Amino acid sequence: MIGLHHYLYLSAILFFIGAFGVLFRRNLLVILMSIELMLNAVNLSFIAFSRHATGDVDGHVAAFFVMALAAAEAGIGLAILVMLFRNRTTVQADDLTLMRD
Amino acid sequence: MQVALFYILATLSVAGGLLMVGQKNPLAGAFSLILSLCSLAGLVAMLHAEFVFILQVLVYAGAIMVLIIFTIMLLNLKKEELQEAPVGWMRLLLTATLCALGAFGAIQVFGEVDPGQVELATGFGNIESVGRSMLSDFVYPFEVISLILLVAVVGVVLLAKKVI
Repeated sequence: MIGLHHYLYLSAILFFIGAFGVLFRRNLLVILMSIELMLNAVNLSFIAFSRHATGDVDGHVAAFFVMALAAAEAGIGLAILVMLFRNRTTVQADDLTLMRD
Repeated sequence: MQVALFYILATLSVAGGLLMVGQKNPLAGAFSLILSLCSLAGLVAMLHAEFVFILQVLVYAGAIMVLIIFTIMLLNLKKEELQEAPVGWMRLLLTATLCALGAFGAIQVFGEVDPGQVELATGFGNIESVGRSMLSDFVYPFEVISLILLVAVVGVVLLAKKVI
């Protein structure tokens, strides 16, 4: 029988795969996609809690809000990326060190 | 049946995530992410969340991924622009250990969660019940989200314009 634990374990594994992508990869497109994967992992645990722990639909509403925020984040992130590529012709995070140096 | 379906979908979603992180070409990565998101949609459907399932396929695997793939194709990156700076083994090892430790810790914490059995109301997770909850209990967050989306739309148009 599949219970709450299974979904939470899967959600943790997916979240940390996304975290690895954010920390390790240097391609801004891949970093953005990894953030999407992390948001999805959190969504899965919201819905699993809603089904197995509380029994109401509050978790579904939270997942809906996360999706709306993810859409806004993806739109703004990709617009910044396109702007960056126009000005600097690079999508590598290592090449963008103006604020660091 | 349900157990087998869960494990198949879970394996597919983890495999898609790993492929997305491991692949050099972002377009191939985007397709792997679509595989992962679609199998997550299947898992969400297994949890009786039909409204979120529809949104997951429509908004996530559909709209957001189309936006990302469209941007990848718009940028038209060449081979040398995709070349990432070589990373040391130290950094790979350190990041992988950190993430594995994090996942292990999370699994340890989640292992102690035990809510027991929950009775589901009829119509749990369908559009009507989620809509009622969204427009009664969560009406202020709902309005704030709509404002955020409006600001995001205006911001994206301003950012992406060549000359303001």
